[in-house]
Amino acid sequence: MYRILREVLRLGKVGEKPPRTQRDPASASPSCFRHSLGIRHVDAGSCNGCELELNALNGPHYNLEQAGFRFTASPRHADVLTVSGPVTRHMAAALQDCHTAMPAPRRVIAIGDCACDGGVFQGSYAVVGKVAAVLPVDLQISGCPPDPDALLRGLLRISGEQVNS
Amino acid sequence: MPSPALRVLTDFKRWATPLPVWSGRLHAADWPLTARHIRTQGGRLLAFWGEDRRAEESAYLVHAAFLIATGIVRTEMVVDPATAVYPSLTSIFPNALRMERALYDLLGIRATGTHDTRPWLRHAAWPADRFPLRTDFPGTDLDVAADRGYAFPPTNSPDLHEIPVGPIHAGIIEPGHFRFQVLGEEILRLEERFGYAHKGVERLFRGLDGAAGARLAGRISGDSTVAYAWSYAQAVEQVAAARVPERAQWLRALCLERERLANHLGDLGAIGNDAGLAFALTQFQALKEEFLRENQRYFGHRYLMDRILPGGVAFDLAATDIAALHGAGRALETAIGHLQEILAEHGGLRDRVVQVGVVSPERAAYLGLMGVAGRASGQAWDLRVQFPPSPYDRLQVRMAVAMDGDVAARMAVRFQEISESLRLQEEILRKLPDGHPYHPLDLREAAGEGIGWVEGWRGEVFFWLRMAQGNIRHCRPQDPSWTLWPVLEEAVLRDIVADFPLINKSFNLSYSGHDL
Repeated sequence: MYRILREVLRLGKVGEKPPRTQRDPASASPSCFRHSLGIRHVDAGSCNGCELELNALNGPHYNLEQAGFRFTASPRHADVLTVSGPVTRHMAAALQDCHTAMPAPRRVIAIGDCACDGGVFQGSYAVVGKVAAVLPVDLQISGCPPDPDALLRGLLRISGEQVNS
Repeated sequence: MPSPALRVLTDFKRWATPLPVWSGRLHAADWPLTARHIRTQGGRLLAFWGEDRRAEESAYLVHAAFLIATGIVRTEMVVDPATAVYPSLTSIFPNALRMERALYDLLGIRATGTHDTRPWLRHAAWPADRFPLRTDFPGTDLDVAADRGYAFPPTNSPDLHEIPVGPIHAGIIEPGHFRFQVLGEEILRLEERFGYAHKGVERLFRGLDGAAGARLAGRISGDSTVAYAWSYAQAVEQVAAARVPERAQWLRALCLERERLANHLGDLGAIGNDAGLAFALTQFQALKEEFLRENQRYFGHRYLMDRILPGGVAFDLAATDIAALHGAGRALETAIGHLQEILAEHGGLRDRVVQVGVVSPERAAYLGLMGVAGRASGQAWDLRVQFPPSPYDRLQVRMAVAMDGDVAARMAVRFQEISESLRLQEEILRKLPDGHPYHPLDLREAAGEGIGWVEGWRGEVFFWLRMAQGNIRHCRPQDPSWTLWPVLEEAVLRDIVADFPLINKSFNLSYSGHDL
């Protein structure tokens, strides 16, 4: 126990200040999203690079819960659906089921180049090509993969905040 | 070189490559004979794929690459389009089963002599009588309906309980389906069902030039982008008979070791978390995040994507970068040392990881395991040791091995490999040769076949490709997960359902790299 405490103290506080934000009056997001988002993530056939960054976002540097955001294990508990990958045909039905299972109000974020426009997998017989072809998408976060900071800024925007650069 | 018994069957030609590869064409009747002979000599099946060559030689080709003591034996067999069948290798190499099922889904040629003819990679996206790797695949009648007709073996007792999991999981992981049959808490049977991440990668490669191919290769499995990009580059450079600058080879090895470090750090934290030790998750995640930021700062990408190109690497390190990386490496080594001590002596963690998810060395040998999971079950196989490409031939890699084959052993192998990768990084940075890190290749006339083979963090990544007029005609990237996924079905037996996430994480296999 002593050694665990020693390591905890040695690591110290690595959490960083989140980007500065203010309430966005033009935001279409419901006010109940403010500082409180349940996020359900679905990998619709990504290369797993986006999942690495989502897991990194969950780490101690980014203080996700301090912003009031947390990943949920069930779509029933989620306000936001994040989707990565070019939406393989084999995942399209499961993705739609997941979206249907979410309570309203709900939002969809396409994460990464593949989810935005198919990325390097665009044109394959096995993919639909982008999340917007299957679900109504409210926000796209490009990048291959988008880094945790870009993901956090996207989540803040969908929660109704205006993010200062 | 292949044994005299094999050389009777066909004339094996040695490729003019640094990697020892012998290549030959076999008659269908000699196909299982060859495999059985290689098996009795202690060989393994590395990769298995097919090709539509009806336009060139009025036939399909089935390829297999085997490992023997002295290198790779690459064989091909002509399959008559009129019958479209070939003899199965499954009874000799069990990892061939899913590859043969997938080959039918994609190319429409059937292995005879197996009972399992269910689709593997195909769900409902394309009709059962259309095959995407055939040149005349129409690409129409495509569907997005869910495949609800897959025949899982039925439970045959009213006392058994069935748990379907996936394709969407509770955590942030890739899509796949697991079907458990349990008695109370105990897992009596697990069957995997994959293909959800199938993106048609093999067909997408067709017609790509060297640079576009590199970009796609780096996205077959994002966590192994370096291993794929390097093995792809090896194959292309082989076709072009190109020499790669020394400095580039050393920088590639540096990238590969850093990819190993990043993934092992992540896995150790996640295994700790699945065992209920949140302390481990936080500590390792913090170390990994700092490490990824170094990647961004000095290499230009957090996961080192698109850093390796045919002809060299897309970055260079300045003397100040090298000094900074030295310092960061030493700090990481100290931190890991402390964590390893704590985890090794933590009773609560040991309770969860010792004698859980066991794969015995005998089973591991039978199933042809390699990589982290293989080495944790006594399979002393590491490409960097047995067939070291430059610069590993001058680095004398020390292989990590454990014998217990449980979750604890897979953790121990990762800890050993972190130390070794940090030592390798130190040496690479110290001995890095001068010169240019990139020499552009002239691929306009590139034609022929090439093989790449790299010891990625998970296991060996194999890449075969055929080029013509500078473009890729056909390719086969083979992820170690093809061979490792089936063993998970065995490793969880007699353990309880709650241990599944932990055991699964200790393997951490790729869905995307497998589903292609």
